[in-house]
Amino acid sequence: MSHDAESRLKALFISGLAGDQNAYHSFLQALTRHLRGYLRKRIPHRLDDVEDLVQEILLAVHNARHTYRSDEPLTAWLHAIARYKLMDFFRSHARRESLNVPLDDHEELLAAADDEPAQARHDIGKLLEHLPDKQRLPIVHMKLEGLSVTETARLTGLSESAVKVGVHRGLKALAAKIRGLR
Amino acid sequence: MNTDELISLLSNQVTQVDRRAIARRFVQALLIGAAGSLVLMSIVFGVRHDLGSVAGTGIFWAKLAFPLAVAIGALLVIARIGRPGARAGYAWALVALPFAAVWIAGWMIVDNAGPNARAALVLGQTWRTCPFNILLLSMPTFPAAMWAMRSLAPTRLRLAGAVVGLLASSTATIVYCLHCPEMSPAFWGVWYAIGMLLPALIGAWTGPRFLRW
Repeated sequence: MSHDAESRLKALFISGLAGDQNAYHSFLQALTRHLRGYLRKRIPHRLDDVEDLVQEILLAVHNARHTYRSDEPLTAWLHAIARYKLMDFFRSHARRESLNVPLDDHEELLAAADDEPAQARHDIGKLLEHLPDKQRLPIVHMKLEGLSVTETARLTGLSESAVKVGVHRGLKALAAKIRGLR
Repeated sequence: MNTDELISLLSNQVTQVDRRAIARRFVQALLIGAAGSLVLMSIVFGVRHDLGSVAGTGIFWAKLAFPLAVAIGALLVIARIGRPGARAGYAWALVALPFAAVWIAGWMIVDNAGPNARAALVLGQTWRTCPFNILLLSMPTFPAAMWAMRSLAPTRLRLAGAVVGLLASSTATIVYCLHCPEMSPAFWGVWYAIGMLLPALIGAWTGPRFLRW
């Protein structure tokens, strides 16, 4: 079953890397279900933090998507990111529980799926408001309202390359802000 | 913003990923860093006067090949450990190989030399300053290489920092070869090696701070 999940996720992700928005959307949705299942098993005593971590890992996967090489198993790549974020979470909470949680092999990432979203404690929408305009506006217009680069550039008065750079840096800054909250 | 909205935000207008962006960043960083080292070297130490004649000798190019091979090995390791879930594997051997070659050559030369000449072959004229000169010349390449590494996604930050430090110091050592008068592999095997390892240690120390993502 997890082998199926690997090939299905990989096909969606590869299409997403080529610019297919629908495939990328489906990939992120499927990944979210797997992440919830994975994290609920890893930190059963901190379920409040699961949705926060899910969002953080999604953002990390998105920001690092250019580092994936299609000749490697996608599961290993995803698992390494999830594990890195989980360890980072443990470190910043400096709890003994990090020693007790089994961080097993990457097959486990796709073993359990969980559909039920919980409430995230941080609000990414609010964090977005703290970004500088030249990062925030491109994200709001392009990524939230779905405008094209050209339309966003015209609306904001920025050049097209500045719009792309703004989105890229803004999402990285967003990830850093979430990290800073912990 | 709930998770569904975040997913929409990330997937709306997702554009094709530029796969050459990483390589471009590293080329930029290394060119800028090496140029900085070159300027620093020519101001602080000066290019060696006999560079024209020494450039015709094989030993000069062998000396240059040592840090060059280390830099290439470090780049290959970075290309792997900068990607989540990938192991460096054989790439480590490419980092170790130049060190092993220089140590073997140095050992053979010292072994063949008379007892009175051995110390001079290892200590040369500049052993006291050599590692610190390389450390100084790494100052432009170190932040440049860190900046390039930030375009990747390493998950073992100390290790990643150490290899970044090694890339920075080996690049700086290539530049230092244009000044350094020492021509004994036994010297390079000790003092160049220490000079290249110091920035690697600094990289391991600062990696978790600079490379966290």
